[in-house]
Amino acid sequence: MNGNKILKFIILDILRNKWVITYTVFLMCISAGLMFFSKDSTKAIVSVLNVVLILVPLVSILFCSIHIYNSKEFIQMLLSQPVKRSTIFFAEYTGLVISLSVSFLAGIILPLSFYGVSTILIYLALTGVFLSVIFSAFSVLISISTDEKVKGIGISLFLWLFFSVLYDGLVLIIYFAFNDYPLEKIMVIITTLNPVDLSRVLILLKLDISALMGYTGANFQKVAGSMTGIFLSFTVLIMWSITPLYFAYRKFMKKNF
Amino acid sequence: MINAENINKYYGKFHVLKSINLKIDKGQIVALMGPNGSGKTTLLKCILGLVIADSGEIKVDGASIKNNFEYRHKIGYMPQTAYFPENIKVKDVIQIIKEIRGEKSATDFELYEYYGIENFTDKKISSLSQGMKQKVSSALTFMFDSDILILDEPTAGLDPLSAEYMKLKIKKEKDKGKLIIITTHILNEVEELSDRMIYLLDGEVRADRINDSSGTKNRAESILEKFTDLFKSYEWK
Repeated sequence: MNGNKILKFIILDILRNKWVITYTVFLMCISAGLMFFSKDSTKAIVSVLNVVLILVPLVSILFCSIHIYNSKEFIQMLLSQPVKRSTIFFAEYTGLVISLSVSFLAGIILPLSFYGVSTILIYLALTGVFLSVIFSAFSVLISISTDEKVKGIGISLFLWLFFSVLYDGLVLIIYFAFNDYPLEKIMVIITTLNPVDLSRVLILLKLDISALMGYTGANFQKVAGSMTGIFLSFTVLIMWSITPLYFAYRKFMKKNF
Repeated sequence: MINAENINKYYGKFHVLKSINLKIDKGQIVALMGPNGSGKTTLLKCILGLVIADSGEIKVDGASIKNNFEYRHKIGYMPQTAYFPENIKVKDVIQIIKEIRGEKSATDFELYEYYGIENFTDKKISSLSQGMKQKVSSALTFMFDSDILILDEPTAGLDPLSAEYMKLKIKKEKDKGKLIIITTHILNEVEELSDRMIYLLDGEVRADRINDSSGTKNRAESILEKFTDLFKSYEWK
């Protein structure tokens, strides 16, 4: 019961934050603009997807880190009240995820839905929400584990850079270094180890445009096949959502405030 | 009322609280004193469950606080610095605490009224000065008529008049039979308010004395002398 009250309170606080409003408006401009100027809706969705894959993890991880560090004293105040630690943890995390997901859905999915609701749009919505969930969980884990704000935000930024930029480069290096070996199955496993790549593959498998899929995506389709690939992607995304959250929860329960 | 047995706390290799044993009964004002970093706030936070002791046991009214959160219904806590979420209004903060603790348990509005909080309940927290936030925090601490009040430097950041009123309020609550634990660096405040003084140094209880305010002309000076001697005699590692 107390959890719902705290959750409501946190969502209200976050949704009034000017950065969340800016994020929503910015996403709206991008999705509406790309859709307006593009004649082919598939190409427009791929362009929106590329923005989503870069921007959603970045904003989620940065915003959550800053929010948790700024809320430290408020969390202390809640902890000094007759409320369970776990209730506060889940209220904070759920509040962040709901607010960021609402911003994403309002910013990206709402403008695109004016051009018609399709399965691909639902997939785009799901992957965007998953990315918010996963990177918020990582961010909460980092912020709880590191007391120093600058260090915590630095680690968060590095994690984003690693998953969004460095990872695909490393995959290519591995591919060229071990070109003579049968790497296809290993590459599928490597793809699932990156939630950003996984989200990209998930959408592109649905769009069925292998030319735009990049190396990891093309490989994924070849090995897993479309429907199996989509099912596998969602399963792994769920695992990606639960794992950092579990470790963050354990840390929070033992943390000294 | 509060019983701490053999409390030890480490922050990494730093031994912050060293085998603290304390028994504090109701109906008194206890001043927790000591230089910066002596473990005062950590001890208070251990009682509140904000910091988890590495060993030992704390009991409030005979019940262990381990894995227990209900006991905090009996405690009102005023932190050293009041921070609330910036994007919401004062009335929202008051409402959430009321909802958590139960609307009906909010019975004491004396500080709320004296500090005129009603006049700025529609203001956003971000527009308040630190002193005003401190007033909101103190009004909330006393609002629920808790049996135990833990006040971490309660007058810091308040204007002289508000600080005086706060002291009067603390005395009134003590007369009701409550237990009040305060930390402060202001010796006059200790002399004026406390019934018992506990002096922490390097994580150990170095002195635990009943404040007998009769006879001495200037108790604050006397307390200062005693604790300066104690501080100087301590062998720093």
